[in-house]
Amino acid sequence: MNWDAFTPWSALAGGVLIGAATGIALLLNGKIAGISGVVARVFRPAPGDAAWRAWFIVGMVATGALAFAFVPRVGQGFQAAGGPLLFAVAGLLVGVGTRVGGGCTSGHGVCGISRGSTRGVAGTLIFMAAAMLTVYVQRHLLGASS
Amino acid sequence: MKAFALLFPGALFAVGLLLSGMYDPAKVLAFLDVAGGAWDPSLAFVMVGAIGTFAVLNQLVHRRARPLLEGTLPGPKGSGGVDAQLVLGAALFGVGWGLAGVCPGPALTDLGSGRVEILAYVGAMLVGMVVAQRVFGADAPAKPQAAPAPAAPGA
Repeated sequence: MNWDAFTPWSALAGGVLIGAATGIALLLNGKIAGISGVVARVFRPAPGDAAWRAWFIVGMVATGALAFAFVPRVGQGFQAAGGPLLFAVAGLLVGVGTRVGGGCTSGHGVCGISRGSTRGVAGTLIFMAAAMLTVYVQRHLLGASS
Repeated sequence: MKAFALLFPGALFAVGLLLSGMYDPAKVLAFLDVAGGAWDPSLAFVMVGAIGTFAVLNQLVHRRARPLLEGTLPGPKGSGGVDAQLVLGAALFGVGWGLAGVCPGPALTDLGSGRVEILAYVGAMLVGMVVAQRVFGADAPAKPQAAPAPAAPGA
């Protein structure tokens, strides 16, 4: 275990904020704010269902942009392991997978498990296992960047 | 303009990702690398904090008859069973998540970094989503989760 990198308190606090954000979205307009669904359904919205998605996304992107622009720690703490091609392949798999499976880390993981959803629990176990296996193969069998 | 209010939870979500460190692909990969000897379990604390908080807020919000601004509340409990699409989709998503250490929320938050890796990821993710919708019929609009869970085919 890497005790230097382990940041339980900021991780827990950040998690609470993420849970609060999804709770506030539910309170405001009754939506389950799983990010892959928020984004993907912009392309196939139910009537009157596109505008809030756009504003939610604007809030996320703008906040990130402000943080990268004005908080030096944020830019320094960002580290991409791999080039644009690897990221494009990853993005494509995530795009297809989240929509075929109906959720990502927030939809299945945060909202699904909180709501006692069988699909959420199963989906989370499967994507966690697949992700850990992928990292294992990439780093320890193929010996990519560690 | 009620939809505009959703800017706030969107921003708060991103602050949570930034504060927790989950916006950093390397930190996510350090969590997923359970066999690496330098395992960083921080991400489990992000999930515990988020799940615990939403579980409480979900109960509180459901004391109301309807949302504050507009729309209707979903049921307090998730519904639907495990089917082949869930298994296949979650597995594909997991492989993609493990390759780069980026899932959709951090991808949006990281767009402002201007990094070409993130731009490539988000562009490909949007293509993948549209492909899934066209080819697999995902996200058919105006279909609430009222359909009875189909019998799960043997996986």
